[in-house]
Amino acid sequence: MAKFHIPKSNRPVPLLEPRIAALTALMFAIFGLVSVRLYYLQVLHHQENVESADRNRIRIGRVPAPRGLVFDRNHRPLVDTKPSFDAQLVPEDSDNLSLTIERLERYTGGDHIADKISDADEEGRPPYEPVTVAERLGWQQVVALEAHQLDLPGVSLQITPARHYLYGELAAHLLGYVGEVTRNDLRQRADYHMGDEIGKFGLERVWENFLRGDAGGQEIEVDAVGRRLRVLKEIADTPGESIVMTIDLNLQQAAEQAMAGKNGAFVALDPRNGDVLAMVSHPAFDPDLFGGGVKASAWRELTTDPNHPLQNRVIQGIYPPGSTFKIVDSIAGLQEGTLNPQTAYYCPGGLWFGGREYHCWRKQGHGTIELHDAIVRSCDVYFYNVGEKLGVDRIAKWSNQLGLGIKSGIDLDHENPGTIPSSAWKQKRFHERWYPAETLSVAIGQGYVATTPLQMAQVAAQVANGGIRYRPQFVKYVEGLYGNIAKSYPPVIENRIKIDPDALEVVKDAMADVVNGAGGTAHKAHLDDVVVCGKTGTAQVVGSNGPSGESEEEDKTPEQFKDHAWFIAFAPKDHPTIAAACIIEHGGHGGSASAPIIHDVFQRYFQLNPPPPKPEIARVLEDASPSQ
Amino acid sequence: MAGGDRRFILHFDWTLFILVLVLAGIGLVSVISASYAGARRTLDPLVIRQLIWIAAGTVAMLIAVLVDYRALQAYAYPFYLLVIGLLIAVMVAGHATGGSRRWINLGAFHLEPSELAKLAVVLVMVRYLREDPPKGGWGLRHLIIPFILLGIPAALVLKQPDLGTGLILVLITITLVFVSGLNLRTMLVLAMAAMLAAPLSWHYLKPYQRQRLVSFINPQADPLGSGYHIIQSEIAIGAGGPFGKGFLKGTQARLNFLPEQSTDFIFAVFAEEFGLAGALLLLTLYASVIARGAWIARHARDRFGALLAVGLTAIVFWQVAVNIGMATGMLPVVGITLPLVSYGGSSLIAMMLAMGILISINTRRYLF
Repeated sequence: MAKFHIPKSNRPVPLLEPRIAALTALMFAIFGLVSVRLYYLQVLHHQENVESADRNRIRIGRVPAPRGLVFDRNHRPLVDTKPSFDAQLVPEDSDNLSLTIERLERYTGGDHIADKISDADEEGRPPYEPVTVAERLGWQQVVALEAHQLDLPGVSLQITPARHYLYGELAAHLLGYVGEVTRNDLRQRADYHMGDEIGKFGLERVWENFLRGDAGGQEIEVDAVGRRLRVLKEIADTPGESIVMTIDLNLQQAAEQAMAGKNGAFVALDPRNGDVLAMVSHPAFDPDLFGGGVKASAWRELTTDPNHPLQNRVIQGIYPPGSTFKIVDSIAGLQEGTLNPQTAYYCPGGLWFGGREYHCWRKQGHGTIELHDAIVRSCDVYFYNVGEKLGVDRIAKWSNQLGLGIKSGIDLDHENPGTIPSSAWKQKRFHERWYPAETLSVAIGQGYVATTPLQMAQVAAQVANGGIRYRPQFVKYVEGLYGNIAKSYPPVIENRIKIDPDALEVVKDAMADVVNGAGGTAHKAHLDDVVVCGKTGTAQVVGSNGPSGESEEEDKTPEQFKDHAWFIAFAPKDHPTIAAACIIEHGGHGGSASAPIIHDVFQRYFQLNPPPPKPEIARVLEDASPSQ
Repeated sequence: MAGGDRRFILHFDWTLFILVLVLAGIGLVSVISASYAGARRTLDPLVIRQLIWIAAGTVAMLIAVLVDYRALQAYAYPFYLLVIGLLIAVMVAGHATGGSRRWINLGAFHLEPSELAKLAVVLVMVRYLREDPPKGGWGLRHLIIPFILLGIPAALVLKQPDLGTGLILVLITITLVFVSGLNLRTMLVLAMAAMLAAPLSWHYLKPYQRQRLVSFINPQADPLGSGYHIIQSEIAIGAGGPFGKGFLKGTQARLNFLPEQSTDFIFAVFAEEFGLAGALLLLTLYASVIARGAWIARHARDRFGALLAVGLTAIVFWQVAVNIGMATGMLPVVGITLPLVSYGGSSLIAMMLAMGILISINTRRYLF
């Protein structure tokens, strides 16, 4: 015991005893007070508190903020938000749940309500948290629910803002769609709650943070069967900001109409700044289908459709550019000095190379021609020679300079960079050296070459503006809640190449004659009062080598084996304000299938934006003819 | 060591031991109620964890019984320093919930050092106050060291901020200083000084703590803000009536408006389902623990044991008084657990450890 402290006093307790007694008395007195308080609450005021408990049920609800609107460049609404009526059920408030569900299904015409409740429970729904059991109810259903409210304990109507796409499928791939947050979204973003809407695709997804706004909250008093009595406290929501796009509704409508019933893509850019003026990918989908939970059958239909309606062909679709690539060859040759406007080659209808004949699409040949006519008449042999002189790596270099084989930088997901082959690329990809013969296929935009319609529109824009590659942008600015410009998107120059203006003029002249001159392949794009410049192309569907397939006649190949028809263009020839690319899948020839589409859109464009009357127009037209 | 002594078994304090287990059992029942989410659901993991902690606490309690409490004198200061270290660690690397940092993440277990701080302060105070006071009792100058011993951990828990534990630390220190022989005149002076200083402390409260005080005085001032908990808790208790709504039949307590329904507001859950009868039974059980603690203090063989018994009993008493006082709207809302009943590993194990030490004091009163 020695190791312990030995107290000095051997009677410790008697000294402490009175104070311990006093303390104990104090403690019991306090317990006495507590007991009195309990008696007061539990006996004297029992009834009152029971009533409060029954009546005073407070629910806390989130009020989603209305999503920001989307406008076209002239501030015409494209996407808005309108109230939607949803039915909610608090299972705990219903004394006969299966009967309530049965009635609810009858009044709303909905089904699987019981499954929705058990799903919500599995995902960890707290008790008394409502389950949304029917969405986007029609007026008759709303009236039926209101009228039978007494038979539906625990059911309430919730008004939520729902996304509405004013023009259905119009610009569906650009606008995108919204849907309910997934568990994955919830894991990644703490500021979202179950049942929230989130942008899933396109502009809706990329501009989510602007469009979304901040949800508000409501503390709601409900009665014993869950009917709302009153809103006790409200935290106002902040609506999302609006997006003003660069696309022009009228032009987009014209493009959609021109593309109606065809599979393919169309995109128009402003060559002065990279603004996307219109963008169409067909077949499209109705973005309204996705809001409020897409029906499984509709989703399956969309995802299994062999025509891939969910794919945005403008940026995801890659096609051999065919003869439109001859513009790239021309610029590459002119820049490298292997080609000048006077360079002439003889076309007998084919070219022998490496023991094999490479045909020109025109069997009888073009004779001896120079660059201008080679572009106008799309002579394959001429460009076999141009390509061979350049070699694949220099073609690749200038393709990349013009934005091919790389992403354009447009603010959309899943952009495909396409493919521009080079010897290094082939070594890496196939561990094989490049054969010079392959360059011939590349020169006419076949073989390994693959580009998106957007990239080809950029090529047209760069010819139009003299070599400036702007990043394509489809949002002009974000509009704040007070009409202010919250964020603007000035033009971004991705690349700039110096092209000799005289050489460029030769290419432009040739492209003008493709549309307007004798022997041109795209007369269908001709406009009366504006000089349109263009180049047709044909992307082969079967077979990789061979002529570019240009022809003046309609062919009779069955639909699925018909080639894809390309047309790229810009206008007016001087001071161009619009550049575009169009591809019609299995359309046959660019001149007959794609040129009319660009014709229609450009015609509409110049109706909307009349070109300043310029005396040169007449002269250019006259100048163009003698060069034939 | 008297572990094998037959008298040890003979004098084991079965009364206190069983009281502790009954209270823990009531706690388990209340945690089941608080986490019950309808018949369609399985037992909440909270309940399983509470059961594990009761088992761990029982082991801790029995180990404490086996240790001679006098040995604790040597460990009082080291343990105190360890707890201070843990409190600092909480500030640096603590796990924050609801605006305050109170936990240290130990992987499977979140340690709440505030719970250990109560034990540490009791031990270190008793270690200091075991000496007999001079004639006339402790004067102001004797209180400098207890003031410092209290001040460091109190400042650290208030910083978290954990007003409740800070309050309990102050209350147990006052209790121990008083019982160990405070000069009565000094006591009066201190009481008056405290009354004068009270308005000044307003300045140091966080806005939400001030809100709670305002709401305490007038809960209807902000019925959806800070007055909300008080009103809802009172409604739950009152709705229980004389005999309660019955086990798992409480509606009020399960509407998610008592955010700490399994910890700080567990009393409201219990009182709604078991009524005044249950509440009075619970108070009687606590009163029995306190009476037993006081009895052990009076019969302890040395001043250290007696004061230690007083300190440990004081922890139980003050927590019960503050917690129920808060739940019934008699005191402002401060986060404090109901001893042995509230959900939570740190609080349960610390409390059962304290009860084990109390039993140890009682068991050894014949042994030397």
